[in-house]
Amino acid sequence: MTDVYLNEKFIGSVDNPENFVKKIREERRRARVPTIVNIYYNSKVNEVYIDYSNGRARRPLIVVEDGKSKLSEFHIAQLENNEMTWDDLVQQGLIEYLDAAEEENSYVALKEEELTPEHTHLEISPVTIFGLITSLVPYSNFGQSSRLNRGSKTQKQALGMYASNYLMRMDTDVSLLHYPQTPLVRSFMHDLSSYDKHPAGQNVTVAIMSYRGYNMSDSIIINKGSIQRGLARSTFFRPYSIEELRYSGGLVDEIGIPDKEVKGYKSEHDYRFLEEDGIVYPEASLREDDVVIGKTSPPRFLGELEEFSIAANVRRESSSAIRHGEQGIVDFITITENEEGNKLVRVRLRDQRIPEVGDKFASRHGQKGIIGAIIPEQDMPFTASGVKPDLIFSPHSLPSRMTISHLIEALAGKVASLSGRYINATSFNAEPQEKLRKELLELGFRENGTEVMYNPITGEEMKARIYIGNMYYLKLKHMVANKLHSRASGRIQLLTRQPIEGRARGGGLRLGEMEKDCLVAHGASLLLKERFDSDKSVIHIDEETGDIAIVDRHGRRRAQKSSSANIGDVEVSYAFKLLLDELTAFGIYPKIKLKSKYH
Amino acid sequence: MSEEYKDQLPLSIWEEAQKELKNNNLTKKQEKEFFDKLIETYKSSRITPGESIGVITAESFGEPGTQMTLNIFHFAGVAELNVTLGLPRLIEIFDARKEASTPSMEIYLDKEYNKDINAAKRIAALIKETKFWELAQEFSINIAKLQVEVTLNKKNMRDLRITDQMLLKTLSESMKDTTVRQNKDDTIVLKPSKENTELKELYKLKEKAKETFIKGISGVTQVLPIKQNNEFVILTAGSNLKEVFKLKEVDKSRSTSNDIFEVLKALGIEAARQAIINEALKVIREQGLDVDIRHILFIADLMTASGTVKGITRSGITSDKESVLARASFETPIRHIIDASLLGEEDELTSVIENVIVNQPVPLGTGLPGLIARIKKPEAK
Repeated sequence: MTDVYLNEKFIGSVDNPENFVKKIREERRRARVPTIVNIYYNSKVNEVYIDYSNGRARRPLIVVEDGKSKLSEFHIAQLENNEMTWDDLVQQGLIEYLDAAEEENSYVALKEEELTPEHTHLEISPVTIFGLITSLVPYSNFGQSSRLNRGSKTQKQALGMYASNYLMRMDTDVSLLHYPQTPLVRSFMHDLSSYDKHPAGQNVTVAIMSYRGYNMSDSIIINKGSIQRGLARSTFFRPYSIEELRYSGGLVDEIGIPDKEVKGYKSEHDYRFLEEDGIVYPEASLREDDVVIGKTSPPRFLGELEEFSIAANVRRESSSAIRHGEQGIVDFITITENEEGNKLVRVRLRDQRIPEVGDKFASRHGQKGIIGAIIPEQDMPFTASGVKPDLIFSPHSLPSRMTISHLIEALAGKVASLSGRYINATSFNAEPQEKLRKELLELGFRENGTEVMYNPITGEEMKARIYIGNMYYLKLKHMVANKLHSRASGRIQLLTRQPIEGRARGGGLRLGEMEKDCLVAHGASLLLKERFDSDKSVIHIDEETGDIAIVDRHGRRRAQKSSSANIGDVEVSYAFKLLLDELTAFGIYPKIKLKSKYH
Repeated sequence: MSEEYKDQLPLSIWEEAQKELKNNNLTKKQEKEFFDKLIETYKSSRITPGESIGVITAESFGEPGTQMTLNIFHFAGVAELNVTLGLPRLIEIFDARKEASTPSMEIYLDKEYNKDINAAKRIAALIKETKFWELAQEFSINIAKLQVEVTLNKKNMRDLRITDQMLLKTLSESMKDTTVRQNKDDTIVLKPSKENTELKELYKLKEKAKETFIKGISGVTQVLPIKQNNEFVILTAGSNLKEVFKLKEVDKSRSTSNDIFEVLKALGIEAARQAIINEALKVIREQGLDVDIRHILFIADLMTASGTVKGITRSGITSDKESVLARASFETPIRHIIDASLLGEEDELTSVIENVIVNQPVPLGTGLPGLIARIKKPEAK
């Protein structure tokens, strides 16, 4: 007796589960059972699961019977002549969708040649074992699987034409690549997904060599001439938006240039780009702290302020200014209303990003790296025919990662650019390397892709033959300009008087627990003290009672319980003073005993 | 003559020096030179005052720890005897966990027995904990007669050297309110002495019988005699050192357990210290790493200095720290501060972390020495 579950609910049991499952599958292939049904027999726990619920990931496979694919040449011819559709194939039981559970019961062949009588299904194409983005990796069947994973992950971070209507959009944190190109070495998925309409990279000439030590540990060298010709430039967009909010009591925000009386008024200089409506004009070039949209808000606690403050009823400044460390040109402005009917102003800034040392690049094979040096064109090594690489990639990135696909792409790219055709590099179904090599030889190059190169400084021939080819390189969205941060002094937290956190607010760089341990281990005791004294403060201690004393506004020292003037000054961290205060607050009475360090 | 240097050198070095002196005939002058040089070398290789050995030890373990593989099981020898190794084992040792995850013993035998595989096998069978189910082929409940019938596995019984009589005796001793007898067809019958037993109770009896301890040393679930350097050694899974030491065939001077608390119970604190050292070294060696033995010695000393084994945890050695602030900064600060305030504790600010908190130079390295300068009076011209 085998229990049967329908959509994970028990509905009954059957005597012969294997026959039962087989029967249902047959009926499904005859379209007498809906094709969305999947059935799975788990022989270990002896249970049958039937499922037609929503949200299962299913994928199509060709049905195989007796080691023969049910999809024949005849069907393909019919498909080509538009006499048959995909739905017909499914309805006729030639192709069926399996979910994760039913896949456990099947034996799927990757290629038709591999079919044996035990097989139950056949992949439509070997590439279908990959997802959309993974199948964009050329020659991926020649690489290591974990690198393929990374390769498909980095492609999602590449800058490109992310949307054709980008001019009308207000996306946060997006970039647009200038002069994007379609890859020369491509898989069929590039055509299928109309990659030409949203490309995300450029074809560059890559030499695999080390040069002057600037491409160690996954860094890359880029030709300055290429950058000046526009390689890997991008535009970074950042929208700033402001809403005229309504408050209780009929008070409203007001978009406009703030008056000088307004609380928190910045400076006239900061508002210089605003027009009368309080919004910057298009094409204004703004820098850090410049106001993009001017706005004032009503005072916060109206009732209380009227009684006590002289400056009652003064509005607050609440403009939106350029973020810390950023800059840009006003690109696009929208003035509209939001769902609540409030006035909404959005300003989009653009900033051209020219590749600089620290920007991140990657090929499609999980080989990512950062620019280590930008070398003037005259200092780049050149081949016998005078070709200078756009990019120099380190050979040390290859042996341990075994990304053979990276090398094959360079070779295929070379053939593609020389012969003027695209190379099909679909996984499992690509143009064979031997053919490419032969073609390269016919084109007048060494068949293994290497070339004689010359030292640009001395003009000497290099002893090694350098592997050089063309590859599709991606500029990734991690650019140093968005990450660079340093600080000497700056804002502190109100409570602890320690530096605030975070790059956006100009915060400090934390010397953490483990870094502290390093200083301790070196015995650098005074350096440690100096590094941690950002919140140092002097407190006064009554030497008799051990209480904290104060200095009043006349400069007199006063202790809580004793009248003696025996009060010592001690330098401690403010955090410690705070700790003492907090202990006092929950009823612990800390005392400090002083002792001269010279006795 | 060299007696005068005895106080200036550690005993072990001094003794070694004596040996060397015997082998080489030195003149008095040469001997003095030798000792002067020796003392100078010894003094210069000591750790400087103010060196932060604690942090350096921690870092010396921490860094290789990042490289350790997470494949924690390692098969020792042939059979399915496995031991936890790697980082989890190291944590287990230094935390001084009461229950080791894979306790095991290495039992050496006395000279008369350690050359003969059969003797080793016999002793191994003595040590192995045997439960009734291991000797049975099948347990079945006879509903009609309201009794449990057990078919015996004769081969297993022979291997473990258990006779029917022995089995019957132990069973009737340990199973109360049950009559145990043997049928002619070798099955053993367990019948509750109470009349009208319910089926449920019979089932309970069956389960209880399966787990009945027959012989051996409790806790030792597996034994494995292996040949190691020309003698037979018994490896075990499960540890009970105290009971093993009662067997006369066991070489008590060499047998050991990887359970530090077992060693502590059976042999005392010095042995426990050595066990910590051995076990930590074993992990580090097995991973192909290199940590200086002095770091391990230091940790072992720290853990055992109080006379019992204390782990490097908040309930272990950290609770021995003098400073309130140091304890509070490690774990559970509120509890420590409240306890300290109830007792009216004082903090002398003598160690590292307290001084970091109050932002004073830590008494280490450059922060340790005070400087006393004698200022010359300016000479009158």
